[in-house]
Amino acid sequence: MAINFKPDELEKLLAHGARDYPSECCGVLLGRADGESKEVAEAVPLRNLRHDPTRAQELLPVDDPSRESEKNRFLIDPEDQLQVEKDSRARGLEVLGYYHSHPDHPARPSNYDREHAWPWYSYVIMSVERGEAKEVTSWVLSKDRLRFEQEDLKAL
Amino acid sequence: MAVKVVIPTPLRQFAGKKDSVEIDASTVGEALAGLTSQFGDLRKHLFNEEGKLRSFVNVYVNDEDIRFLQKDQTPVHESDVISIVPSIAGGSLICCICS
Ligand SMILES: [Zn+2]
Repeated sequence: MAINFKPDELEKLLAHGARDYPSECCGVLLGRADGESKEVAEAVPLRNLRHDPTRAQELLPVDDPSRESEKNRFLIDPEDQLQVEKDSRARGLEVLGYYHSHPDHPARPSNYDREHAWPWYSYVIMSVERGEAKEVTSWVLSKDRLRFEQEDLKAL
Repeated sequence: MAVKVVIPTPLRQFAGKKDSVEIDASTVGEALAGLTSQFGDLRKHLFNEEGKLRSFVNVYVNDEDIRFLQKDQTPVHESDVISIVPSIAGGSLICCICS
């Protein structure tokens, strides 16, 4: 499995991570899937709804709101998600996956990431250390939900 | 009475590659039970070990979230469309290396 980005789109994604530091950023990856590989035509930044704890808590409650915030959690607004999905279909693109940042944490999925994932989608994670995007990785959930498998990520 | 359940792209591999399935049901709960008995591999991606819908899995009848209707008791009628939409969520706490 592999995911390939247009170089500008990968730059855009990394810039988003740096810009939103020390909060987590999130967005959607649009493009085309062809068997084992995905071609990202566009990375679309979206709002992290954890900045609005009241509304986020209604939609997908976290266990411990005193520890879990926009600094270590993200949630995409379902209205943004449905809109972007609709627009992308109209342009002949499909949703290939999603991205988010880990401020001052490694670009490795957490258990929470795994519990909120489906197979097939690519989950791209970037580490942002002291405001600078460092590493970017991509992951696909196994069919038994037990682990994430890393896939190749390239800018082509 | 048959309702249409739209299968999202990531789950089609577990539903015979279909993009939608017609199920005989009178409630949303019956429709999802029917769907997952026909396609057993779908179950773990929709329901948790206790058999409850996973917290990030949202179900809509036409364009209404069933949480604001009658949840799995929400009645469905011929020609209704059920959609399954994941909440997209995650975060670094607690990452596997730091924990
Ligand atoms: Zn994460």
